[in-house]
Amino acid sequence: MSVAGDSSEADRTALTVEIRAKVYGAGGPEPVEAVRDLAFCVPTRAITCLIGPSGAGKTTTLRILLGLDTAFDGHVTPSPDTAGIAMVFQEPRLLAWRTVEQNVRLALPRPERQRPLDTLFESLGLTPWRGRYPGALSLGMQRRVALARALAQTPRILILDEPFVSLDDASAAALRGLVVDSVADTGVGVLMVTHNVAEAIAIADRLVLVSARPASLVATVALDRPRDARDRVWAETTRADLASHYPGIIAV
Amino acid sequence: MGFATRLVSVLVLLAGWQAAATAAGSRLLPSPGAILAFIASESASGDLWWNVGITLTRVGVSFVIAMVLGVLLGIALGRSRRLNLVLDTPLLVLLNTPALVITVLAYIWVGLNEGAAVLAVVLNKLPNVAVILREGARGLDPQLEEMARTYRFDRRTWIAHVLVPQLQPFAVAAARSGLSLAWKIVLVIELLGRPNGVGFAINYYFVQSLNVAAIVGYSVVFMSVMIAIDILVLQRLEAHVRRWR
Repeated sequence: MSVAGDSSEADRTALTVEIRAKVYGAGGPEPVEAVRDLAFCVPTRAITCLIGPSGAGKTTTLRILLGLDTAFDGHVTPSPDTAGIAMVFQEPRLLAWRTVEQNVRLALPRPERQRPLDTLFESLGLTPWRGRYPGALSLGMQRRVALARALAQTPRILILDEPFVSLDDASAAALRGLVVDSVADTGVGVLMVTHNVAEAIAIADRLVLVSARPASLVATVALDRPRDARDRVWAETTRADLASHYPGIIAV
Repeated sequence: MGFATRLVSVLVLLAGWQAAATAAGSRLLPSPGAILAFIASESASGDLWWNVGITLTRVGVSFVIAMVLGVLLGIALGRSRRLNLVLDTPLLVLLNTPALVITVLAYIWVGLNEGAAVLAVVLNKLPNVAVILREGARGLDPQLEEMARTYRFDRRTWIAHVLVPQLQPFAVAAARSGLSLAWKIVLVIELLGRPNGVGFAINYYFVQSLNVAAIVGYSVVFMSVMIAIDILVLQRLEAHVRRWR
């Protein structure tokens, strides 16, 4: 574990975010400051986890990254329009009236709709479900479809919002494996937003710790140990270590 | 089983009707057989299908106009708060104006012609369609809107795959209730001011000869046609729209 900031990382930075302030109802009677001084970057070929207490303004930050909210003080480079960002929302947000395959294809630009996607569906274990409607699938499988829709874009950055929440352990582990594999296979930079510390410690290369509202950057922590060498003892030690450094953000 | 029950219910109804007609022995309560005989003779002369055809055309034309305008208006109302504020009260007034009043005023202001007849049906039906579609447009899923924006859906894709599928159940509901409303109004409009059609024929047999067999005969034929359209077209459309559920 070390504090990140080495210069080699700049070469593989896919996205730089600097939000000086985001205020809801600015100028109104009761302005609410959602984010203040939150800066971090998302490198390629790595999983970055944004961790903070529930209701910390993580969703606001995501909306800014996606270009859905432009009324803030700060900047995102490259701009969300050109950054090559694909998103997996917490709720799968699939079109219930279109098949699994159509859901994936319709999110592609029109000229690319018909390109072969067999490998993608196969690698996510979705081949038997391609012609089915999302309503026939479990939540875990629906999240896979949402992941397929995102990966079909061949994004430079993949954003996941609480992707493993309300999944059973087996489905969560399977989905986690798919995310890790896609980083290794495609070199995509993953930004995962979560409030689940154990999950972040298991999967992340870097942790971005965020305080409660207004969301501010507390620290960026690199987890250097290879993912397959992370055992329970290491995870518990790391967690205890983080908890002693950042009380209030990481609970013991 | 369900079909058998329905059949028995209809047969019992017909038997009761026949018994009542026999007991009454009056031409004011004709038996089912007398009505069938009227339908057969009127059908042979061609008058029946001419009048039914005319009425169907009026229903069809005004139904299509009212659906198209009502759907567009409803979507606009559901998506624009300002437009809704402007049009909500006029819509409420129109919704609560009796069909008869709208019809009479249309004939007075536009004239006793086909245009006035169609206008009257459209004005009667449009507010219903618009109000149903307004609910649909208000209920559009904001999460899907965000998803579509994030994935940069172009306008055509958004309309065909995000907007329309969410509104389809409302449009079909509006069509089904609208069709039955339209044909009932068309008969009144024909009775009041057209020289042909089922409504005219019913009025003719009422005023000229109090021919109840003719009145019921025309109604039965026209109702059957409308029910057939509902079952063969609209219910299938509804099943198609809901296939993914």
